[in-house]
Amino acid sequence: MISDHNELKKGLGIHTRRIIAYTVLIIISFLCLFWFYVLFINATRSNGELQSGFTPLPSGNLMTNWKNLVHGTLPVWNGLFNSLIISGLSAVLCVYFSTMTAYAIHAYDFALKKFIYPFILMIMMIPTQVTALGFIRLVDRMKLEDSFIPLIIPAVAAPVTFFYMKQYMESSLPLSLIEAARIDGSGEFHTFNMIVLPLMKPAIAVQAIFTFVSNWNNYFTPALILHEDKKKTLPILIAQLRAADWLKFDMGQVYVMIAFSIFPVIIVYLILSRYIVQGVALGSVKG
Amino acid sequence: MRRKSKAVRYNKWGYIFLLPFITVYVVFQLIPMFTTIYNSFFENYMSGLTQVGPNFVGLDNYKSLFVQGDIWVYTKNTLVLWILCFVPQIILSLLLGAWFSDTRLHLKGQRFFKTVIYLPNLIMASAFSMLFFTLFSDGGPINSLLMQIGFISEPYKFLSNAGSARGLIAFMNCLMWFGNTTILLMAGMMGIDTSLFEASEVDGATSTQVFFRITLPLLKPILIYVMITSLIGGLQLFDVPQILTNGTGDPMRSTMTLIMFLNKHLFSKNYGMAGALSVLLFIITAALSLVIFKVTGNDKRKG
Repeated sequence: MISDHNELKKGLGIHTRRIIAYTVLIIISFLCLFWFYVLFINATRSNGELQSGFTPLPSGNLMTNWKNLVHGTLPVWNGLFNSLIISGLSAVLCVYFSTMTAYAIHAYDFALKKFIYPFILMIMMIPTQVTALGFIRLVDRMKLEDSFIPLIIPAVAAPVTFFYMKQYMESSLPLSLIEAARIDGSGEFHTFNMIVLPLMKPAIAVQAIFTFVSNWNNYFTPALILHEDKKKTLPILIAQLRAADWLKFDMGQVYVMIAFSIFPVIIVYLILSRYIVQGVALGSVKG
Repeated sequence: MRRKSKAVRYNKWGYIFLLPFITVYVVFQLIPMFTTIYNSFFENYMSGLTQVGPNFVGLDNYKSLFVQGDIWVYTKNTLVLWILCFVPQIILSLLLGAWFSDTRLHLKGQRFFKTVIYLPNLIMASAFSMLFFTLFSDGGPINSLLMQIGFISEPYKFLSNAGSARGLIAFMNCLMWFGNTTILLMAGMMGIDTSLFEASEVDGATSTQVFFRITLPLLKPILIYVMITSLIGGLQLFDVPQILTNGTGDPMRSTMTLIMFLNKHLFSKNYGMAGALSVLLFIITAALSLVIFKVTGNDKRKG
């Protein structure tokens, strides 16, 4: 009785609201997925089929398109390999050293801490683009053009990852544990590697994925550093594809190339989505 | 006494563990930042094959940046693109966040929907824009689809009209970021004391009233945070318009953003102008970051 009464009073009934919510959610999901569906369909169609208009059903030319792309002028395998190396190593360095930095702030009391912690928070928002000029001049002077070093090493200093790790430690790394390890005679570096790192696994996994993906997708900085064809990463190759006289291109190849850059990330995401979405929420609670 | 000296002995490890971060930060961020500022005071570019400068010119780069006037156009473009992306994004995110966190509504399949709406955020922006470029090209699938269903009789030139080109860029960015914003806002909404909702329910408030009178005011700090981080992100807008327009910012430079302008100077090795532009962008982002720091600063210290 009471609930009936409530529903009458509440403008729109709960059922109507639910229907509206589901409808909107379905439309939005469609808008999110439609493009990738078309991408998949078009990657399976030959250039001729693509010229003849849109169909919602896949065709059988995926492998042909793929073979044409791989044997074409674009160094796709190199691109994949380079992207993997840069993103993989960046992710490893980033999570290891960000955890280390967070641990330094979390577990120790030293004179400069009061200065360094706010400083890292301050620099968190500075975009890499605004120091890009100085960065490429530095790379020039170090003779590191066309090298992966300037794209990998800077991952060691990642304020955003540091901040996430720091938040995570506050909630799940009790200082008493470190104290206990000391009493057992564990050295500080040993404690960090053997006790702290394993405890941080969930946070490390989430941040490793984010760092990997953001490096995988990064276009601005690599495009300024890598000029040699064999050194280029996938986003640069995509830009090259765009800059080429694309009408002469076999569109099937273009779609396969795009799919090739997008789908690996989608597949990994779908497998790990639960942790990723949780991770975003976790990092956001305090902004 | 003994305890203290022991603590001090341990605490030197704080510095040791900070060393990699500080070293790399100084070398790859701090020094480049000073070089950038330093370069902004020099005339240093290639004129044809002749290198001009570097000569110290004081604030001339800044002056010519403003006098040439391009920067106003590009600032306006960047802001227009940001607003076109942010307004629908925040409305959608608030709506979805409110629905997801509404226990009375009790939506099923939340995990599926959250997974789907966050998906575009992880997509390579350059590949996504290349995809949109091919899909929305004059002879592309979207045009043929619209023609097949009889919506239009001849291809609509999405990328040749300022309105639709900007719309596409904003749409793509909105699609890529609204999932992230939704999750942020939802985390904030979950943090609101449920007794407030229960009390309002007892008082017979409608869900609309609850949203505007309780949820929204309590979300204010997070909303400000979201808005400013989005603005900082918006100022960095680059990949999508760069790839979509092949770096031209066409039609009629209506989609040329500030970072595309910077990128142009970096590629043509006009270091003086690039420096001045970088410093301006740095000052703007630093000011915006300070606002965030003020808004969320207390929360952070609380940990």
